[in-house]
Amino acid sequence: MRRDVFQAIADPTRRAIITLIALQAMTPNALAEHFDTSRQAVSKHLKILTECELVKQESVGREIYYQLEINKMQEIDKWLEQFRKIWEDRFNQLDEVLHKIKNNK
Amino acid sequence: MKTEIITDLTKATFQAKREFEADVALVWRAWTEPALLDQWWAPRPWKCETKLMDFSPGGKWMYEMVGPEGDRHGGVQLYQEIKPEDFFSGVDAFADEEGKINEDLPVASWKNTFIATEKGTLVITFAQYPDTESLETVIKMGMAEGLTMAHDGLEEVLAKLLG
Repeated sequence: MRRDVFQAIADPTRRAIITLIALQAMTPNALAEHFDTSRQAVSKHLKILTECELVKQESVGREIYYQLEINKMQEIDKWLEQFRKIWEDRFNQLDEVLHKIKNNK
Repeated sequence: MKTEIITDLTKATFQAKREFEADVALVWRAWTEPALLDQWWAPRPWKCETKLMDFSPGGKWMYEMVGPEGDRHGGVQLYQEIKPEDFFSGVDAFADEEGKINEDLPVASWKNTFIATEKGTLVITFAQYPDTESLETVIKMGMAEGLTMAHDGLEEVLAKLLG
């Protein structure tokens, strides 16, 4: 099974989990309250997120809290930002070409 | 003008929107004539070289991206539907030296739509990849190209410092 940041955010429930724990660390039970799916389903997603190294667990007493690995999230941001920049550059070049043609008329 | 990019990893789609200050006729030419495409299609410092252009339904554009180190990557666009100065659709893929589609790399179906606006022309590029993995591969490959650019910038800075 592939386990990387993209796998982590490919699923809408996992994206929702990420959004929730980005604000504060949460227990699986607290997380499950936000979803219609079963507690087991949420646990399964948390397991995948952990394997993708996007979340980490922290034990506080008998409770396990999940929190976001901010550095990993930035990885995704970097990929997408770079991709966006390529198109931006490409279109800026097209802009230049269009201006050149217009000015030569 | 700002470029709006929406990548949806779940649906494996990519959309770019950008308005240009030129009429539809001219923007259409820039997207469909090889001499013009060559001037902007490759992100700097890459250069685009057209090898064959047949802009017609069932036709194709074969080109190569030439890197700063002289490395070449083939690309091909197959044209399916064309409605002049309105839209064209087809397939966008990576290609081998003969211009044959490289099936190991992502192949996207895509559509470019041209809409006249007050200021000029709005172009909407929409690409559908077969699955999330394909879109990710394209993003990661883009990252590699981006890194080349960043390295170039670094070289310039170093040259200045050493100069």
